[in-house]
Amino acid sequence: MAEPVANAAAPAPAPGRLRNAFGGVLCAFTLILIGVLAFSIRLFSVIKYESVIHEFDPYFNFRVTQFLSKNGIYEFWNWFDDRTWYPLGRVIGGTVYPGLTLTAGSIWWFVNALNIPLSVETVCVFTAPIFSAIASWATYLLTKEAKGTGAGLMAAAILAMVPSYISRSVAGSYDNEAVAIFALVFTFYLYVKTLNTGSLFYATLNALSYFYMVCSWGGYTFIINLIPMHVLLCIVTGRYSSRLYIAYAPLVILGTLLAALVPVVGFNAVLTSEHFASFLVFIILHVVAFVYYIKGLLTPRLFKMAMTLVITVGLAVCFAVVAILVALVASSPTKGWSGRSLSLLDPTYASKYIPIIASVSEHQPPTWPSYFMDINVLAFLVPAGIISCFLPLSDASSFMVLYLVTAVYFSGVMVRLMLVLAPAACILSGIALSSAFDVLTRSMKFQLSKLFDDGPAISGNGSPNGSSASTVNTSSSKNEKTEKSEAAPKEKQSKKNRRKDKEVTESVSVKPKKEKRLSVLPLEASIVSTLLLIALGGFYVVHCVWAAAEAYSAPSIVLTSRSREGLHVFDDFREAYAWLSHNTDVDDKVASWWDYGYQTTAMANRTVIVDNNTWNNTHIATVGTAMSSPEKAAWEIFDSLDVKYVLVVFGGLVGYPSDDINKFLWMVRIGGGEFPHIKEPDYLRDGQYRVDAQATPTMLNCLMYKLCYYRFVETDGKGFDRVRGYEIGKKHFKLTHFEEVFTTHHWMVRIYKLKPQKNRIRGKLKKLKSQSSKTSSTLAAGRKKNPWQ
Amino acid sequence: NKHFEINGLKSQGRLGPEIAPSTPIGAINRRKEKENPKPKLPELAILTSESSRRRLHSTARSGEARMPKPAGDAKLLIQSLTKAYAATPTNLKIIDLYVVFAVATALVQVVYMGIVGSFPFNSFLSGVLSCIGTAVLGVCLRIQVNKDNKEFKDLPPERAFADFVLCNLVLHLVIMNFLG
Repeated sequence: MAEPVANAAAPAPAPGRLRNAFGGVLCAFTLILIGVLAFSIRLFSVIKYESVIHEFDPYFNFRVTQFLSKNGIYEFWNWFDDRTWYPLGRVIGGTVYPGLTLTAGSIWWFVNALNIPLSVETVCVFTAPIFSAIASWATYLLTKEAKGTGAGLMAAAILAMVPSYISRSVAGSYDNEAVAIFALVFTFYLYVKTLNTGSLFYATLNALSYFYMVCSWGGYTFIINLIPMHVLLCIVTGRYSSRLYIAYAPLVILGTLLAALVPVVGFNAVLTSEHFASFLVFIILHVVAFVYYIKGLLTPRLFKMAMTLVITVGLAVCFAVVAILVALVASSPTKGWSGRSLSLLDPTYASKYIPIIASVSEHQPPTWPSYFMDINVLAFLVPAGIISCFLPLSDASSFMVLYLVTAVYFSGVMVRLMLVLAPAACILSGIALSSAFDVLTRSMKFQLSKLFDDGPAISGNGSPNGSSASTVNTSSSKNEKTEKSEAAPKEKQSKKNRRKDKEVTESVSVKPKKEKRLSVLPLEASIVSTLLLIALGGFYVVHCVWAAAEAYSAPSIVLTSRSREGLHVFDDFREAYAWLSHNTDVDDKVASWWDYGYQTTAMANRTVIVDNNTWNNTHIATVGTAMSSPEKAAWEIFDSLDVKYVLVVFGGLVGYPSDDINKFLWMVRIGGGEFPHIKEPDYLRDGQYRVDAQATPTMLNCLMYKLCYYRFVETDGKGFDRVRGYEIGKKHFKLTHFEEVFTTHHWMVRIYKLKPQKNRIRGKLKKLKSQSSKTSSTLAAGRKKNPWQ
Repeated sequence: NKHFEINGLKSQGRLGPEIAPSTPIGAINRRKEKENPKPKLPELAILTSESSRRRLHSTARSGEARMPKPAGDAKLLIQSLTKAYAATPTNLKIIDLYVVFAVATALVQVVYMGIVGSFPFNSFLSGVLSCIGTAVLGVCLRIQVNKDNKEFKDLPPERAFADFVLCNLVLHLVIMNFLG
């Protein structure tokens, strides 16, 4: 069997090797191009706006990186930040995922050590595009392990451009996901590689890559639950092998230890329910491995005896242990899961119990159009990829399918997790497209060679010949003709009879090596299909470039709008922060809604009360209560927190829709959740929040309304709010406890100062005395439980 | 011919006493009987399912005497286990001993934690996980070095040992860091 093959190969080793070398060079060149593509498609924001950090969360990461670059790693590790969450402060070292900052910090240090003077901001802005290029290379490696080089290149090219990934990794979006997606794909690649080769070296690398993922993102729990699920799937479907043991068991031990090393995770790595699945599957794997080992030692009869003996004893022990575990876990109120994980498993959990998690727009379920916006063409290439993974099914391809299915579920719960779906969709689409192109080009080559070699033989062949088909095409034509190179028993070919053909033609095989009989399409069909698939790819590219340029490149800190006079730029946020940093004292405290906390500390360098970390619900509720209370009560709350300035964002003049009035319902809800004297129905008219003449008096008197609409009527005489679309209710009023110190050019950010308390109040002593007696009597009655009065 | 057939039927069922062994026909039967069980069982295995095989077995035994059977079974089991294990090569037995030692150390640490309390939890965790980790890595080494394992026959044992050392290095580096 081997000899004819060797003889066939001997006269042509040089061309084969040359072809291989040429293929390798082409592959490397394509990969470099894919990397350049991934990097450059994310540069739209830098070209259209400027090289600036976007959004809110990246500003915190940027500030931490600045601190790291200035003070070194030991200071960073032990940093207690007193500029946020005044007066509580925040332990940065223990509550931040250090992966991103350490990565950018080391890049900055390395580049500066080479005497290339890049600033920290430049490094931070461009970290995400660089890592997305590396992530597409990791996707190539992962898909190569599953299906081969062609599929790998296809998947890498698709991932370089997929809009969902672009949205979180444009130049300037300096957030955890920028490096976390690379770590995710690379960890999966190393796991699949270990599974395929059974090498302990790759298992070690896998654990280290998992460590990098734990450092980078809270989404690492996806990995530590998906891999055990896959191991369980392999065991249950009878694909247990010793390579599976080597791939999984060291990962659990090393992975748990490495995860416990990261301060954010700490002992949660062994105590929380998110990790229990890995331990459970670890135990199950050991049981299965032991069973297989004993099976190898004993004869079948004795083995059966051993099984019956062990099962009776083992089941009893198992039940006892499981009962104890369940009792332990059930005794905790959340059954050991953290709030965020529970909101993923039960999509309605957050809206019922944790309004803060429910209020974040990223945590809402996605709409159907967002799937087509974010993964476009891949949405219908993915099912084709799933089918292609099943022919043939290997450990790696079963892993891909499992990854995709779980990612689809989680992306349906939270729109933010579409990002986890993106690599899975790209890989499976790459596999699908690669298999499709495989069949089409093979048909074209075969048909063309037949056309040029032996013309008459084909024309004489009227009826189709029988042979076995092995691949299913998504774009196959209705009449599938199959041909063989030598005469075969003539048989009616139809889709239903394919199985019969396999048995018939097994006996007739003249070629020395047994090759799979592959299906071939007619020439016209394959040419047209290839062109159509290339056109499909073209549509995808056009959509991705449009999405990157128009939809996802906005650095929400700078807004633009097109009018008849050209491009209009709204730079109000930076204007306000610059005013704050130049006109206030270093130790002044600024109160605003938690959205702007990170930006205020990073750009204005002032202490804030609450910020985007949202770790203390009561503190946020305090600020929310203050914004919803009348002026005097709000002043007292803010004064108790040593606040000097209050910052509100107002979009009514220019039509900026995400301003504080639109976020007001969350302030009321969160405040009302902690302080019962804030009741939501007080602010609603007919179930709606209104600020026009029909608004409730509580709404018209609250601090947020007053601070947003103070002197608003002076802009156009009528006080027409462009966002809400109607005139405001209370137009002329004065502020008694606050004074306006700054309003930006487009009235988007307004800063107020707390008026100091008067030293003495002339002629109001008697009134004060009666007032104080009134309040004391109400306190004694216990009618109101208002801590601020 | 007929005699052989009848005797064959009798030996197949094992239902009752056989023909007296002194007769030449009986001698031939005994030889046939000896040959029969081995080929019979695999055939049964191919043609029938597990449950029916179990049914055949239990109906073959006369009565359901449970008491002496499991004890005899267990003894037979342990005997065959020890015999089969004694046949493994020495290097694998050394690795097995190492694994057992690691697991025993882990158990000792858990018992100690039960007595003394788990206050420096990171120390407890790193100690126990280092023992279990070395046990797991030992098992991985055993898998890769075992000559009966067809998947790893191309892997030179030196490479397996080098991987083992590397993984242990990483493990102990992490342990030292976490020990506190």
